[in-house]
Amino acid sequence: MGVMTRLLAGGALAALASGAALADPALIYDLGGKFDKSFNEAAYAGAQRWVEETGGAYKELEMQSEAQREQALRRLAETGANPIVMTGFAFGDVLNKVAPDYPDTKFAIIDMVVDQPNVQSVVFTEEQGSYLAGVMAAMASQSGTVGFIGGMDIPLIHKFECGYAQGFKAVKPDGKLLINYTGTTPAAWNDPVKGGELAKAQKSQGADVIYAAAGGTGIGVLQAAADEGILSIGVDSNQNHLHPGKVLTSMVKRVDNAVFDAFTAGTDLAPGVTVMDLAAGGVGVAIDDNNKDLVTAEMQAAVDDAAAKIASGEIKVHDYATDSTCPVQ
Amino acid sequence: MDKMPKWADVILTPLISLLLAMAISALVILAIGESPWLALKTMVDGALGSSYGWGFTLYYTTNFIFTGLAVAVAYHASLFNIGGEGQAAMGGLGVALVLLYLPLPHWILALPVAMAGAAMFGAAWALIPAWLQARRGSHIVITTIMFNFIAAALLNYVLVNLLRPVGSMDPASGRFPEATHLPKLSDIALGMGLEWGKNTPVNVTFIVAIIACLLVWLLIWRTRLGYEIRAFGRSEPGALYAGISPVRITVLAMLISGGLAGLMAINNVMGESERLVLNAVEGAGFIGIAVALMGRNHPLGVLLAALLFGFLYQGGGELALWTSIPRELIIVIQALVILFTGALDNMVRMPLERLFLSRRKRGAA
Repeated sequence: MGVMTRLLAGGALAALASGAALADPALIYDLGGKFDKSFNEAAYAGAQRWVEETGGAYKELEMQSEAQREQALRRLAETGANPIVMTGFAFGDVLNKVAPDYPDTKFAIIDMVVDQPNVQSVVFTEEQGSYLAGVMAAMASQSGTVGFIGGMDIPLIHKFECGYAQGFKAVKPDGKLLINYTGTTPAAWNDPVKGGELAKAQKSQGADVIYAAAGGTGIGVLQAAADEGILSIGVDSNQNHLHPGKVLTSMVKRVDNAVFDAFTAGTDLAPGVTVMDLAAGGVGVAIDDNNKDLVTAEMQAAVDDAAAKIASGEIKVHDYATDSTCPVQ
Repeated sequence: MDKMPKWADVILTPLISLLLAMAISALVILAIGESPWLALKTMVDGALGSSYGWGFTLYYTTNFIFTGLAVAVAYHASLFNIGGEGQAAMGGLGVALVLLYLPLPHWILALPVAMAGAAMFGAAWALIPAWLQARRGSHIVITTIMFNFIAAALLNYVLVNLLRPVGSMDPASGRFPEATHLPKLSDIALGMGLEWGKNTPVNVTFIVAIIACLLVWLLIWRTRLGYEIRAFGRSEPGALYAGISPVRITVLAMLISGGLAGLMAINNVMGESERLVLNAVEGAGFIGIAVALMGRNHPLGVLLAALLFGFLYQGGGELALWTSIPRELIIVIQALVILFTGALDNMVRMPLERLFLSRRKRGAA
C-alpha cells in the first residue's frame, strides 16, 4: 500500500514505477462491495485461498462510482498488476475499451463475455445449477407450490429464475411457481426485511420451498422461511449452515474457483471464454451435514440423474440470456 | 436589521463549517487507526494534484452544477425539489432515446438535440409533482421523492425490456453512435498542443454547465420571470396580490428545475459512458441539494460548492481506491461536510454574526 500512495502524484510517477513491474494479481469488486455475503465475497474468498496456498500478495479495489471503472482498470494496468480480475457484468463495456491499450496485461472478467485477445471471460451456467435446485424444490414440496424471490429485476436473475422453473416443471408439470422480485434499484440486493416479507407472502399463497437469488436480501428470505417452518434454497455461496435443517440446499456458483484459477494462472492466463458449468464444477447444489436429513435418497438420485443428463447434453436447460425468454412460466 | 458583511456570509461561514467537518473527519480517521494527514494528502493529490485528478474532479463538478442549479431555481420559488435524482435519470433516458434513434451526423448537431431531449424529459418528470403541488396542494417534497422511485422503476423496465441489446446481461442500452461522441477537454487541450487530463471523463459539458450558471443568474435576477419566482418564493399572498399566478410560477419554476437536473445527463450519459446504464445518476441529484444549500442558491455559490463536492467525490474515491480506509468512511466524511455546511449552518453563522455585529457596534461607539 505504501507504494500505491506514493503513486498518487500522478501518471508520470505511475509510468516510472511500472518499470519496477509489480506483477501481483489484482481483484476489483463491483459496486456491491467486498463483503456482500454473496457474489463479491465469493471472489474475495477465492483470492484469500490463493494467498493461503501460495503466500502471494494481491491488490484489491472496491468501486465507488461508474466513472471510476475505467480509472481503476487503467491505474492498475499502469502499476503493473497482472492479471487483473474483475467481478460483474458492469465492467464489460469499459474493459472492452481499456484492454486493447494494455496488450501485455491479462484481464479476467466474471459474468460477462469480452472479446479481446488479452481477456479471459468467465461465465457461469446459473441455469443448470438452478435447474437442479428446481428439481429438489419440486421433490421437497408437499403443497406443489414453490417460490422464487429475486433481487433486483435484471436479466441475470431471470436466468436463475428460468433454470429453476424448468427444473421444477420437469418434476411437477402441474406445480405452481410463485415469482417475486425485491425491487428495481440496487437497494434490492440488500433488503432482508423486504425479502422476509415476500417469503411470508409466498408462504401464505401455499409455497413451502422458496429459492432466493437476491444477494443480501436472501438472508431475510432464509430467516423468514426458517421462522415459518418452510424450506428455503440459498444462492452463490453455500448458505446451508445459516439455518441447519431448514435450508434445503444452496445453488453454489464457484466465483471463488474462477478467481483462484485466474490468480494461479497468473500472467499465463488463457484468453477466451471459460464456461464454468455443471460438468466443470462451476455451479451445483450444495449437500453437506446441515441439509443431509432433508435430502432423501430419492431426491439425491433425481439430482444425480438430472446432473448427468445435463452434463451429457441429454437435458438442455434453456439459457434466458440467449433470447430473453423462458420456455416455462 | 444589521447584517454581517457579504464576504463573511458567503465565504467565511462555509469555510469554517468545512474546517469543522474536516476536524471531526480527522478524529474519525484517527479512531480507525489511520493517519488523517495522509488521508488529506491522498485526497488533495488525487483530486487536485494532477491534470488527471482535475479531469475527474471537474467531471463530477459538472454533474453537481446541474443538480445544484436545479435545486436552487426551485428554492427561489420556495419549492424544495428533491427529485433531482429521478429527473436526471429521466434526462438520461431522453438523451439515450435521441442518440439511439435519431441519425445525428456530428456532435455539434447532436449536442443541442440531446440537450433538448435531456431537458424535456427532466422537465416532464418535474411537471406532475409541480402540477400536483400547484393544483392539489400535494407537498412537493413528498411527490418529488416518490417520483425518484418511479423513475428508477421506469428506467429499469425500459433498459431491461426495451433498450437492452439481445443477449446482453447488462441492463444498459447499446452504445451511442460514434459520431455523437462529445469532445473531452483533454482532446481540446491536445488540439492546442497540451497534454492535459488524458483519459479523464470531463468534456465540453463542463462549459455548458458554466454557461448554465450564467443563464440561471440572468433568469433569477435580470428577468421578469425571475422576479416573479423570487416574489412568489418570499411571500405567496404578496405575489398573489401583485397579480402573479401561483400555479404558473410553481409549474414554470419546477419545469426549469427539472430541465436543469435532466441536463446533467449530457455529462454522464452522453459525455462519459456513451450508453445509458441503470445507475447513471449515482446520487448526484441528492448531492445537488447540499450543493445548493451550501452555495446559498446563488449560481456562483453553486459553482464553488459543486467544485468542493467534486473534490470530495474524486478525493474520496482515490482514498478508497488507494488506501486501506474503507469506502464507507468516505461517505461519513461527505456526510459530515453536508451536515456542517447544510444542516448545522446556523451553528457557525449565528455566533459569527454576533461577533461581527458586536465589533461593528464597538467601532461605531
